[in-house]
Amino acid sequence: MAIIEEPLALTSGEQHAERPLGVLTRPQANGSWKDWVSTVDHKKIGIMYGVAAMFFFLVGGLEALLIRTQLAFPESGFLSADVYNQIFTMHGVTMIFLFVMPFAAAFANYLIPLQIGARDVAFPRLNALSFWVWLSGAIFLNTSWIVGGGGADCGWFCYSPNSGITFSPTNGVDFYAIGLLITGIASLVSAVNLAVTCLNMRAPGMSLFRMPVLTWMLLVTQFLLAFALPVITVALLLLLFDRQFDSQFFDPEAGADPLLWQHLFWIFGHPEVYIIILPSFGIISEVIPAFSRKPIFGYSFMVFSGIAIGFMGWGVWAHHMFVSGIGPISVFAFSMATMFIAVPTGVKILNWLATMWGGKLNFSTAMLFAVGTVTMFTIGGLSGVTHSLAPADTQQTDTYYIVAHFHYVIFGGGVLGLFAGVYFWWPKVFGHLLDERRGKIHFWAMLIGFNLTFGPMHVLGLQGMSRRINTYSSGFGFEFWNLVATIGSYILGASVLYFLWNVYKSKKDAPNLPAPGPDPWDARSLEWSIPSPTPEHNFDEIPVIESQDDWWFRKYNIEDDGSVVRISSAEDAAQKGDAVGVHLPSPSFWPLVLAIGLPLIGYGLIFNLWLCVVGGLLTGGAIYAWVLEPVDDPDAGAHGHDDHRDGGDPDGELATVGAAGDDMEGED
Amino acid sequence: MATATAPATDIHHDSHDPHATNTGISNNKLAMWLFLSTECLLFGALISTYLIYKTRGNSEVLPTDLFDIPFTSVSSFVLLMSSLTMVLALSAFGRNDLDRGKAWLLVTAMLGAVFMGGQAYEFTAFYEEGLGYTTNPAASAFYTLTGFHGAHVSIGIIMLMSLWVAANQGKLTGKNSETVEIVGLYWHFVDLVWIFIFTVIYLIPPE
Ligand code: HEM
Ligand SMILES: [Cu+2]
Repeated sequence: MAIIEEPLALTSGEQHAERPLGVLTRPQANGSWKDWVSTVDHKKIGIMYGVAAMFFFLVGGLEALLIRTQLAFPESGFLSADVYNQIFTMHGVTMIFLFVMPFAAAFANYLIPLQIGARDVAFPRLNALSFWVWLSGAIFLNTSWIVGGGGADCGWFCYSPNSGITFSPTNGVDFYAIGLLITGIASLVSAVNLAVTCLNMRAPGMSLFRMPVLTWMLLVTQFLLAFALPVITVALLLLLFDRQFDSQFFDPEAGADPLLWQHLFWIFGHPEVYIIILPSFGIISEVIPAFSRKPIFGYSFMVFSGIAIGFMGWGVWAHHMFVSGIGPISVFAFSMATMFIAVPTGVKILNWLATMWGGKLNFSTAMLFAVGTVTMFTIGGLSGVTHSLAPADTQQTDTYYIVAHFHYVIFGGGVLGLFAGVYFWWPKVFGHLLDERRGKIHFWAMLIGFNLTFGPMHVLGLQGMSRRINTYSSGFGFEFWNLVATIGSYILGASVLYFLWNVYKSKKDAPNLPAPGPDPWDARSLEWSIPSPTPEHNFDEIPVIESQDDWWFRKYNIEDDGSVVRISSAEDAAQKGDAVGVHLPSPSFWPLVLAIGLPLIGYGLIFNLWLCVVGGLLTGGAIYAWVLEPVDDPDAGAHGHDDHRDGGDPDGELATVGAAGDDMEGED
Repeated sequence: MATATAPATDIHHDSHDPHATNTGISNNKLAMWLFLSTECLLFGALISTYLIYKTRGNSEVLPTDLFDIPFTSVSSFVLLMSSLTMVLALSAFGRNDLDRGKAWLLVTAMLGAVFMGGQAYEFTAFYEEGLGYTTNPAASAFYTLTGFHGAHVSIGIIMLMSLWVAANQGKLTGKNSETVEIVGLYWHFVDLVWIFIFTVIYLIPPE
């Protein structure tokens, strides 16, 4: 389908409006909001992922505070049981699918091309598509509060038959299924795109084993996404068909097996936890060396343990099902596998410690968050090992001990690491630093709030307090720790607001402070070899890579006696960002239009099939318009140039787009 | 550091020349391979679902009672042949023999359409014998699996026809025969999945 003429070479100044399908004029970069909605620049897309994810962090956080307010005191009537079910379900779904995943995607989008020395991702328009589709799915999911009769109320794992019409009669679960299908399409497209980028777009000399650990971990994450999402896609479709078309997948009375859902969900679900944690592992693997002033210890161990986690993550899913009656042999096998998966994880922890060992440590905010990540994740990992023992887990499952565990890993290991990345790369993205003093206050408030919230849940869980129940009776000894947890959660909430304040203030103060320069942390990877903020074309010239940490070796030399000598300042070694005439892909509206079609199909499935027709036409039309629109607009502004001998790529992108795009339509 | 940058003349070609990718495989083709590997998981999950459910149903009829092996063998054969014609189409485009290329594309799409006709017939026949989509878990799983495969074939037909139209408009020539190759990859994959489904679902009898 990639059949378009090669774009005409126009001499500059000539005007020529492109109207695929005669509807929208090809957008031109001119500094307005249209630049954002039509952008295909991986950096703008990364920023939009970050901002939108932050918004949903606040939504999910608000839901968390409602949960904790309800649980502050025994027999509280603040939330009814029904509303409570909806809130904790939407809290989990929002935090995982609408905050942590897209926030990691923000880093992946922004940093992968920079770390491998590329001008953009392999498929820039598909990248824009991923963002808009994800956003449309996220908004769709949350509109169930307004038009769906409430949020989904089946827990984020939505076990059947609880998720069927009988027990969940509002449309909440339909919104859950369709919303996650839509965000799943987004992640799948982006996984393929970013994996191809890592594999194919590396600068000369950037062999796979010279890629920074972050890029490696993100690459593994993309493979996990690519293989995990199809499985939950099937699960969600079966659920949707059961609810909408009366199929019999999960109705035990008709002979169906509700465990089918659990298997499909957790075959996706366990890799999903690594999808959440690996980007954070990658981030701190960049931050810790920079602030220890040492290279990462055991680079290849770091990479291989990440790959090992990626493989082993597929063989442990049934540890979520120890009490579901899967039989002693399965329980034994999955219990063993789960214990083994702790090994590569332990390797990573040791490597981070060894990197810090003997280093000149500088506890900047980013470093504090990174060290916080390692310690908190270790606690969560240890409680995880206690669940891997099936007899112990039989006591722990469905109690607050589990809630404590996964918050230590997801929040302690994942979210803290992402914040380390925020502080670390902020100057690269926005051209000014986040204030360090406020950053440290943010860190300590968050760390204390986090531990006060989730630490006591270990105790509550072991005392027998069940999760997913809207209240507890007094007299079981649950009162004190619940109140502590609730106070902790408010501190945590305040720390997030304080972070936003820091963002605001730092931007406001930035003009009066010295610019951070290309390389404020004296770091090691390529993104620090270009100006801050990153110029639109990334690299003036694509660097030729000669070693791991190539950028660092352009600043330092290791003498024969082993001593390190500075040979160049970062300013001198860095590129100037002043290249002109660099060829960049042109913006497009079609990703956005396509993305608007999908939720319409979703509403149509739930409310009125005619809407599906509208959505389908919009999506299908957008796909064809997209295919007919050349990737390179001949009249593109500033960065256009006239040499299109490499036109093979522009039309080439479309072949896959056509295929993947059509296909998504079919699967909806 | 003077050594550390690419020759200036290369700036414009760096990452955008499909022949200069690190793997030597063009971005499009690599993306298609990755996409198809994710599809393996999709069909894997659907096939497993059917296998778990194939004897589940309180009501009498099960899909396995209704299979018409000779009929499905013929339609499977038709689909198999379409892979052959797809190869012929690609090789014609590779030789820049556009007339033959177009003809084989059309034949491939037609064979796909015949297969879809067979599926429509099969579904109707099963339905008339009392196996509806909602009859029992086995039926739901059977129709979902084969319906999904049918949807993939249909999308393949749409892509083939789009190529055919483009070739007629002169937009698809031997120069971009890789597009044909990529659509071909998809088509062969869909074909392969069917061979698997046919063997595992139709040919292996229930216990
Ligand atoms: C302000 C911070 C947070 C607080 C106070 C909080 C509180 C809670 C509580 C009390 C529950 C248990 C509800 C129940 O089972 O009855 C819960 C569940 C959960 N939380 Fe959080 N949480 C926070 C942040 C996060 C983050 C950042 C993530 C993910 C990255 C997350 C993911 C989850 C998940 C997956 C569940 C399970 C939902 C379910 O059982 O369906 N939480 N949270
Ligand atoms: Cu798990």
